[in-house]
Amino acid sequence: MTNFWRAVLTILWKDILLEVRAKETITPVLVFAFLVVIIFNFAFEPTPLLVVTVAPGILWVAFTFAGVLGLSRSFAVEKDKGSLDGLMLAPVGREAIYFGKLLGSFLFMLVVELLMLPPFLVLFNVPLFEPEFLITAMVATLGFAAVGTVFSAMSVNTRAREIMLPVLFFPIVLPVIIGAVAASGPILEEGSWSDIAGWLQFMVAFDAIFLVVSSLTFQFVLEE
Amino acid sequence: MLADLALIFLWVPTDATMGIVQRVFYFHVPSAWVGFLAFFVVFVGSIAYLVKPAPRWDALAHSAAEIGTLFMTIVLITGPIWARPVWGVWWTWSPQLTTSLILWLIYVAYLMLRAYAPTQQQAARYSAVLGIIGFVDVPIIYFAAILWRDIHPEKVVGPMAERGSLAPEMLFVFLFSVLTFTVLFVMFLQQRLTVRRAEDTLAQARRASSR
Repeated sequence: MTNFWRAVLTILWKDILLEVRAKETITPVLVFAFLVVIIFNFAFEPTPLLVVTVAPGILWVAFTFAGVLGLSRSFAVEKDKGSLDGLMLAPVGREAIYFGKLLGSFLFMLVVELLMLPPFLVLFNVPLFEPEFLITAMVATLGFAAVGTVFSAMSVNTRAREIMLPVLFFPIVLPVIIGAVAASGPILEEGSWSDIAGWLQFMVAFDAIFLVVSSLTFQFVLEE
Repeated sequence: MLADLALIFLWVPTDATMGIVQRVFYFHVPSAWVGFLAFFVVFVGSIAYLVKPAPRWDALAHSAAEIGTLFMTIVLITGPIWARPVWGVWWTWSPQLTTSLILWLIYVAYLMLRAYAPTQQQAARYSAVLGIIGFVDVPIIYFAAILWRDIHPEKVVGPMAERGSLAPEMLFVFLFSVLTFTVLFVMFLQQRLTVRRAEDTLAQARRASSR
């Protein structure tokens, strides 16, 4: 294993330990995501027929909102505790910090999504523990994390940072949200891989493009 | 510019089917062209700034972003004025419309980011990063909107449908409009750069006097 990946994994492990021990972010985010789902239930009052149409949208709005909260915490914690300076002084490349924080956010969002599935399944009675859906969720979440890590590091230094992150983040990740919702539709109707292959390819392309662009531009965000 | 206005309102024949409202087309499309051109300038200025952080690259990107946002606002206002009588709806989620709206939102965020950044240097760096990511995102959004339309096949008469049926006078006025708007853009850009330079000088003078 090269030094680069060792640094990435060290940063990732630090974030995991922090979250596992304190559970400071995951608890409020989970409760928040659950509330979003409940509010949508009353906003749409989905009947069994309607539920297949609105369920993907509700699910991904909840995931996106929960994700943006998690992303904002990702760098806010570092900034408030003063550890961001330590991270920047550490003898590792900026790319290592980017990929470490990215993997942290990615895993965090995946855990939130997995924990949200059982209540969602119970409330809306739709099949979600399908391999198709899990793959879609992973691909989409990687896209969220790839873009979100840059904007999280950026917005943490701005005034009104809680508002700046979604304002920056949502327009850019809109293609992933479209893709995730569109791919989840056929899955809920028991569709096959071929129904969602186009969207999966599209989201993988998005992930690839923004992993490159974001990792290249991230170093300029962290400069002091 | 006056000549363009005269041509648009007095000279060019009124469209047979769409009527007087078709004239908005001579504002709408050139504004969109200038909007996209401006965001390309932002993209180039942003890359140049990150490669070589000289204030003039940031000034270029910043000025172009402001002007681009202005012209995209014109696009988004004139579009529904035309669409309502012709399509019967103010808005539809066609790929062009979706992309224009999201593009506008990205650059509103760009200007907000500049306003909320703690220092001038951070504003410049952050917005340069957004200028690059935002521009790369535009074709992806367009593609997503097309794919999404494929799944919801509702036929709408797009702005593209009119292209082939332009009368020669209309085509002339249209191209003249595009030219006028492009010249206007370059003029705005120069003006804004001058103002920006004055702002920078003023800020420097303030810092010097407060020391």
